[in-house]
Order: sequence, then C-alpha cells, then structure tokens
Amino acid sequence: MTPALEVSHLTTQFTSGSGKVTAVDDVSFAVMPGQVLGLVGESGSGKSVTLRSLLRLLPRTAQIEGRVIWQGQDLIGMSEKQLRSVRGGDISMIFQEPMTALNPVLPVWLQIDENLRTHTSLSASERVARARELMDLVGISDAPRRLLQYPHQFSGGMRQRVMIAIALASNPKLLLADEPTTALDVTIQDQILKLILSLRDKLAMSVVLVTHDLGVVATTCDHMAVMYAGRIVETGAVSSVFAQPSHAYTRGLLGSVPRAGTQRSQLLSIEGTPPSLSAIPKGCSFHPRCEFATDICRRSTPAMLPQSATHAAACFHSDRVIAAGSPVGAQ
Amino acid sequence: MMERREILLSAENVSKNFAFPRSLTQRLTGKPAVAVHALNGVSFDLHRGETLGIVGESGCGKSTLARCLVRLHDCDEGRIMFEGRDVAALKGTERRQFNARVQMIFQDPYSSLNPRMRVRQILAEALGVHKMKPKAQIPARIAELLDLVRLPADAADKYPHEFSGGQRQRIGIARALAVEPEVLVADELVSALDVSVQAQVVNLLLQLQEQLHLTVVFVAHDLRLVRHISHRVAVMYLGKIVELGQTEALFTAPRHPYTKVLLDAAPELDPARRSKTVAVKGELPSPVNLPTGCLFNTRCPHAFNRCFTDRPVLTARDPDHLAACHLTDFGLPFQNELTA
Ligand SMILES: Nc1ncnc2c1ncn2[C@@H]1O[C@H](COP(=O)(O)OP(=O)(O)OP(=O)(O)O)[C@@H](O)[C@H]1O
Ligand SMILES: Nc1ncnc2c1ncn2[C@@H]1O[C@H](COP(=O)(O)OP(=O)(O)OP(=O)(O)O)[C@@H](O)[C@H]1O
Ligand code: SF4
Ligand code: SF4
Ligand SMILES: [Mg+2]
Ligand SMILES: [Mg+2]
Repeated sequence: MTPALEVSHLTTQFTSGSGKVTAVDDVSFAVMPGQVLGLVGESGSGKSVTLRSLLRLLPRTAQIEGRVIWQGQDLIGMSEKQLRSVRGGDISMIFQEPMTALNPVLPVWLQIDENLRTHTSLSASERVARARELMDLVGISDAPRRLLQYPHQFSGGMRQRVMIAIALASNPKLLLADEPTTALDVTIQDQILKLILSLRDKLAMSVVLVTHDLGVVATTCDHMAVMYAGRIVETGAVSSVFAQPSHAYTRGLLGSVPRAGTQRSQLLSIEGTPPSLSAIPKGCSFHPRCEFATDICRRSTPAMLPQSATHAAACFHSDRVIAAGSPVGAQ
Repeated sequence: MMERREILLSAENVSKNFAFPRSLTQRLTGKPAVAVHALNGVSFDLHRGETLGIVGESGCGKSTLARCLVRLHDCDEGRIMFEGRDVAALKGTERRQFNARVQMIFQDPYSSLNPRMRVRQILAEALGVHKMKPKAQIPARIAELLDLVRLPADAADKYPHEFSGGQRQRIGIARALAVEPEVLVADELVSALDVSVQAQVVNLLLQLQEQLHLTVVFVAHDLRLVRHISHRVAVMYLGKIVELGQTEALFTAPRHPYTKVLLDAAPELDPARRSKTVAVKGELPSPVNLPTGCLFNTRCPHAFNRCFTDRPVLTARDPDHLAACHLTDFGLPFQNELTA
C-alpha cells in the first residue's frame, strides 16, 4: 500500500537573536490511508512544530527542510498559493485550544460556510444543508439554532466539535489534530476521540493525532511515533511498542504512568528533565537521563534501526532495553 | 491498610456558593444576581495517616473544597472540624497553629512563589511567619528541607525562574513542609508537569508521607494518579460527593453510575482493551441551575422516576463504601450491571 503521507528528513529550525535552534531534527514517518498515527512526547519535544511544518503554518523565523509527499507532490517545495488550496481542503488541522482558532465575532455557520465556499463548488442552499449535516455528524443537535450562535456560546467540548465540523467541511483525506482533547474532561475527551475514530471509519480519512497521554495512544491510535528533543526515537504499531519498548526513553515514559496493581509503590521515573533546545546533549540526546547509557551513547547519534517490519527504534542498546521488559507488558 | 482510625479533620455538610458575575444588561434590566453552587452539602472524615483522593471533572468543586478545608474560604453552610473543634471558631494562637498544621500546596508553583525572592528567603519567610525556629537554626532547617525534597543545597541561592517545573513544585512542597504540618492538602500537585517529572514528584510525595507520617488530601482530575496514591477516594459531581470508598473497591466495583462512566471514559494504558461506545453522552449541567432530584439524572443511563424528584444521600451498604444513588437501595442486581 502506498502511504497517504510520507515525511522524510523533516528539519525545522528557528532563528532568533541568540542564534539557531533545531526544534524538529531529521524526522521521517509515513501515514497509511485510514490510519491513525499518534505523535507522542513531552512538552517541547517538537510535536506541534512537526505538525505545523507539514503545512508550513509557522512564523517567518522558521526554516523548514526535507520532503513532505502528499499525493505525489512535495508540500515543502510547493508555492504558497498551491499550498493554500491543500490547507483546509484535502488536509485539515484542529488545535488544542479551539477558542484561538475560531473567529470570536463570526457565528459558527459563517465559519463553516467560508470553508465550504473555498473548497467546494456547492451552491448557497447546498452549503446551508451541508453545514447542518456537518453539525449532525459531530454530534451537535438542534443545528439550525446552534449554527447562528457565536463560539463563546458553546462549552469547551462543543467548541472542539465545531472545530472538527469546520475541519471536515472540505471532506479532508487527512486530519492533523494537535492535542484536540488535552483541555477537556475525560468524559468529553472520550466522546471526541470516539467521534474522530468513527469519522475515520465513515470518511476513510487518515489522522495524525498529537498527544502527550499514552492512554490516548493506547485507546485511539494504530501506529505511534515517540518524540524526544526534536527527534523520533521509536516508532511502530501501538501494540508492538507497548509490548516491547525498544528505546530507553519509551520504556521510561511507559513506566512513569501509574497503572493498576502497583498502588503506592515507587513509579519507574526518569531522572532529570528534558533538555532545552539551546543545550541538546551530543550523541543520543537522552543519555544524561538514561540508565542504559554507555560511552558510545555520549559520542555518536544512534540511527533508526528496524526491530520488526512495523517497529523501529534509535537506541544503541535496544537489546538491553528489551531484556529489561515492558513496564506495561503483563498486566 | 489503616489500623487505627483517628479522625483528624472532617467536613460536615459543607456548602459554598459564589455570586455569578452579572453582565451590564443584566444589571440594567434588574435581573437578580444568581449563585454558582460550588459545594452542595459535602461530608467526609479524614483519617490520620491516610491519603484521601478527591476526583471529579472540571468545576465539580474540588478546589473549593480544598480551600474550605484550609480555611482559605469560609463555608456558607456546615463546618470543618479539626480534632473535634470547629475551625471557624479558632482565634489567635489556635488559629495560627491550625494554619501551620494544615498546609495547602498549589497547582501552579510558579504563581504561588514570589519571583523576586530567593529560595532561601521563601523558606525563611515560611519558617518566620509561623515562628517555628529560633533565628540561628533557620539556615540548618533550610538545608534540611532542600535535602528532604531532593534539591541540591545551592538551590537556596537561586530564584524560582531558574528551576524547571518539577523543581519548582518541590520548592512548593518544601515551603509547605517548613512548618512541620500534619496535613497536606495538595490541589492538582502534578497536573502541569510532564509525565516523567510527574512520576518523580509522586515518588517523592509517597516517600515523604511515610517518613513524616503525613495525612494527605490529594485533589486531582487524573484517575490513574489518584488510584496510585490514595488509600481512599471520594468522587465528586456538581459539588457533591457521590461515592466514597477504599481505592481498590471503588475502582474495581464502583457503586455509583457516575464513577462507572468516569472509569470507562479514562483511557486505559492497554492497547488490547478498546471500545467503540461512548462512556457517557452529554455534558455537565450548569452549577447555577442544578437539576432537581439526583444531580446526575441528566446523563445517567439508569435514571428512573424517583431520580427526578428526590436527591439521593450518601449512604452505606457497607460502612467503608458510600454511594449517593437510589439504585443502591435496591441492592446487588444493579451492582452487577454496573461492573459488567
Ligand atoms: N516560533 C518559535 N520560535 C522559536 N522556537 C519555537 C517556536 N515554536 C516552537 N518553538 C520551540 O520548539 C520546541 C518544540 O515546540 P513544540 O511546540 O513543537 O513542542 P510540543 O512537543 O508541541 O510541546 P507541548 O506538549 O508543550 O505542546 C520548543 O522548545 C519550543 O520552544
Ligand atoms: N472565586 C470564585 N468565584 C465565582 N465562582 C467560582 C469561584 N471559585 C470557583 N467558582 C465556581 O465554582 C465551581 C467549582 O469550582 P472549583 O474550582 O472548585 O472546581 P474544580 O473541581 O477545582 O475544577 P478544576 O478541575 O477545573 O480545577 C465552578 O463552577 C467555578 O466556576
Ligand atoms: S542510545 Fe544509549 S543513551 Fe540513548 S536511549 Fe539508548 S541506551 Fe540510552
Ligand atoms: S440516583 Fe438515579 S440518576 Fe442518580 S445516579 Fe442513581 S440511578 Fe442515576
Ligand atoms: Mg504542542
Ligand atoms: Mg481545581
């Protein structure tokens, strides 16, 4: 099968007064048609910048390199005009805080309508019908009345549904979702994630879902990629990565999450904190925090090596990490 | 788990309302001020040496309850009892003693630490306010506190902004521990931290609790964390405790339909366990217009006639496991349905 999206050697740097920092460093991944890929990592690891780099939604200080192949075309090399028709068209994006992405002074129907006008050839009356249909699709009842309301008249969960309705207006084939549920309560998170999954099934979309919650990855994603300090350090089928984490950081991250049956015991935590971009350690950037590190980790950068057909990790000592076992293995 | 059950602190039917801000038009048209019902008759006992977890969704009143416990809020109705005395009646020295013995740690260590003070001054101030130590002993106590929360000794001469989020949270803990409290009320202690750093702070808290025989109220919306750290758990919904029990019993055999949906909605760390059905439909009703009858009746999959007329009270079929649900009166058949 050919991937819906293929990203290779994506590197994004920001120039500031004090020099250059690399927020995304040589990132490669693919998303298959209909697949949900989870991009997971801690704060500052480069998840949002990766997602925004795909559509070049970044300030001018950003310098993006690499290839992002979408339907045979490279989005990185594409003109701004061409890219505008892809954005919000075939590829839609939703954000963590819908309030900043929605226009507060426009009623919801105008915001959906704007997308429909740009990306479809529907007539005015067809657009009205389609807007109602979209509200239905995302589970907002009483569409005729709700469409006339403004974003502030919706609750947090409802706003996220509105965002998704706008994103779906153009029948996208790929949905980029940046922490769409992080600000929401678990019961609403559950509703939104299941909505995204059912839409994936119904519309045959692919999804890239950014999250820092491994539980969300376990329950929602097919594949996952773990980011640390701007790099992808491990990637694979979710069940495979959970059963056999092969990078020391992934293993530590899984062990940091409390789970049933270990009440009040010490969690397998990771020492220290993630590095700042201006001081990324040489070699494997995780080495100062890694219990498996040896000299080679401090000297050279590990390359991504396949563990199986669907699982790869960038760690010199993945054999020892695997031997140490998965903290979430036998439950 | 708990051998003795000495009740240290208790809430007795505590209610708290806040005035809802009125818009200009509402004021001009003479609309009456409305009240946000943040707490609606909350009662529980806190046992010496235990960790009591308090969970529930945003706006259910967790922080308001925490603030009432440490007297940052006065209760509108009901009272908080500490060692058998109403804390609202404490004056002078007694009040100061209460303030030292029951300490709160806040969610956002950054906004609660004075950015212009070095860590040394922050800790010295906490020690000074409560007149804990003669001046000469203060430097030694500061070193001891930093050691306790696993910060290097040179941290004393730095400012809060020079630390990472996890380290700042440790400074907040050190400040709370300065006055040798017996009770720590931790409101979303680790919510703002990265997972790997969360684990460090949770480990520290568990160690400190053993070492210093602390009693802890652990307020959080993260069910996994609360399950990990608590001996007992109280589940709140719209300003009421709907279920209260030993942690494992509550998580494995919940007795209130809301607890059940909350547990179902929380994503499990196990890719093999997936479900396509939504745990619960709908959203929280407004705390301004509370539903009559059971507060959960707008979303409850089991609601029946009585749920819309009578408000269930927190009752025990088993003294260690309380639930506020009319179904409980009917006994176990519903229990099976809930845990299925
Ligand atoms: N416009 C920018 N200019 C300079 N640096 C930036 C810019 N945007 C992001 N960064 C930096 O790039 C790094 C990666 O940021 P990014 O937002 O991708 O992290 P993230 O993984 O999404 O984190 P979070 O979980 O907190 O959202 C961070 O160190 C951030 O400070
Ligand atoms: N000072 C205040 N003035 C007015 N309303 C308030 C005030 N403090 C809290 N509230 C309201 O009281 C209710 C309970 O709030 P509280 O902060 O206790 O909830 P919470 O459970 O801690 O929520 P979260 O998980 O979001 O922290 C909410 O509806 C809130 O808006
Ligand atoms: S390469 Fe070395 S330092 Fe990096 S994760 Fe593997 S063992 Fe640890
Ligand atoms: S009292 Fe009725 S509505 Fe409330 S939780 Fe029980 S069954 Fe549901
Ligand atoms: Mg982000
Ligand atoms: Mg709160």
